[in-house]
Amino acid sequence: MVPAINADWSIVAERIFSPDAIFWRALATTVTIAVVAQVAGVLLGLLSALAGLSRFWPIRALAAAYVLVIRGTPLIVQIFFVFYGVNLFLGLPFNLFPREVEILGLTIPGAAIAGTVALAINEGAYMSEIIRAGIQSVDPGQMEAALSVGMTRPLAMRRIVLPQAARVIVPPLGNEFNGMIKNTSLLAFIGVYEMFFDAEVHYSTTFKPVEYFLAVAFWYLVLTTIWTLIQMQIERRLNPAEETREGGVMARVRRLQWGRAH
Amino acid sequence: MEEPLASSSAILDARDVHKRFGHNEVLRGVSLQVQRGEVVCIIGPSGSGKTTFLRCLNHLERIDSGRIEVDGKMIGYRDCPNGTLAELPAKEVARQRAEIGFVFQRFNLWPHMTALENIIEAPVHVRGERERDAVAVAERLLARVGLQDKRDAYPSKLSGGQQQRVAIARALAMRPKLMLFDEATSALDPETVGEVLAVMAELAADGMTMICVTHEMGFAREAANRVVMMDQGVILEEGPPQHFFTNPTHERTRQFLSKIL
Ligand SMILES: Nc1ncnc2c1ncn2[C@@H]1O[C@H](COP(=O)(O)OP(=O)(O)O)[C@@H](O)[C@H]1O
Ligand SMILES: [Mg+2]
Repeated sequence: MVPAINADWSIVAERIFSPDAIFWRALATTVTIAVVAQVAGVLLGLLSALAGLSRFWPIRALAAAYVLVIRGTPLIVQIFFVFYGVNLFLGLPFNLFPREVEILGLTIPGAAIAGTVALAINEGAYMSEIIRAGIQSVDPGQMEAALSVGMTRPLAMRRIVLPQAARVIVPPLGNEFNGMIKNTSLLAFIGVYEMFFDAEVHYSTTFKPVEYFLAVAFWYLVLTTIWTLIQMQIERRLNPAEETREGGVMARVRRLQWGRAH
Repeated sequence: MEEPLASSSAILDARDVHKRFGHNEVLRGVSLQVQRGEVVCIIGPSGSGKTTFLRCLNHLERIDSGRIEVDGKMIGYRDCPNGTLAELPAKEVARQRAEIGFVFQRFNLWPHMTALENIIEAPVHVRGERERDAVAVAERLLARVGLQDKRDAYPSKLSGGQQQRVAIARALAMRPKLMLFDEATSALDPETVGEVLAVMAELAADGMTMICVTHEMGFAREAANRVVMMDQGVILEEGPPQHFFTNPTHERTRQFLSKIL
């Protein structure tokens, strides 16, 4: 028997070139969840990385346990645990993730919030390791010079160490976001109407898996490709080969720093 | 407990400082008094504890026993009623360090900031000075170390000697009571050593109190009021520079000097 490619290309083309409004909403949901979860994940990771460098061992132990547990268990289990389990686990008298929540005039399903929280917690563990490695890549003499002029450790971390660590953190952070875009598809399993859920809805009503899953794969590829292009731009600005008279790499690192220096 | 300082002009009073790294006792009872305006050079073989001693003076290292006072205030610790010492809170230690300049062997300039930004960083973000005022001071300091034209240069564009001069200006911007130099010229190319020593000598002439770990005997001869020889975690002998060049007391000192001179 000769295998043959078998697809109704008109459906694929329709899903790619003229998707319906529901699809665009689903795409917006995917992007929004990915961005929010990534930002929250970076903040959690920063917190965890700093905790991991603490002088107090219980704080270090807490950070280590977080990273160990999250990285050692499947993301889908974490998502289900947060959405179905946390209310029972914590014995809350109210539902942490009700069917719908009003935020800034938007009606957001509880599942989307639970899913975003789970993705953020998961991402935080990976970012924790990335940020810790970034901080440790900075010469300890940098911190010492900051201390010697009277900075406290937190100020020195913010002003001196983290801006330099950013150079090491940004490339893997970009890769993490690429993964995040794809991982949002797992939220379909708790009923979040994002891109993969939309594909599944079409599949289950038409029984045409080839067309709908091909089309949604295309859209994920579009998102990750756009991101990769953005990432290349950012990394090009951080590339030491791109030295200019403005001071090269470190000047660029500073431009990525939150807030202006002075 | 020890008596407070007898002489009010002493800016540094370190007494019987001990410091261990694990089982390695690096400082085995170091005492040193330095008067206001005095320039003290510390010499001694590698591994004798010179860097560690300087780092204890601004509490970059904790000490195991002894006490260190700068301008009559104990550094890093406070006395407890039961006679022991308790470490000061981080903020208080930071305030103390702000008054003690430290110049590192490897400069440790912040590479993501220009020369000027390196200098105004602490005045603005530690002391809360207005940026305009800090810049004016920084420009004067840059002129003083001969680098007014390097104001906007990043450290990677500066030679070692230029970087070290910026580092000195950065320390001076906090108007320190005391400057500590840890082999400030030993990581430099020979041709830039002179420009840094010249800046240090000028500072000394201006009356800055300085403790310099250095092997530049020419500098010690010209600028130092006193030379201190450290060996194996203790001060072996001290005296005016000429003492060391004419008749050092200890055989170890003689051997050391014959190696470096
Ligand atoms: N952070 C540290 N941990 C362990 N040992 C150290 C540390 N810093 C210095 N030492 C040890 O202390 C001794 C004295 O070092 P140092 O003060 O740097 O001497 P010097 O500056 O006179 O060359 C050396 O044996 C060195 O290995
Ligand atoms: Mg040393």
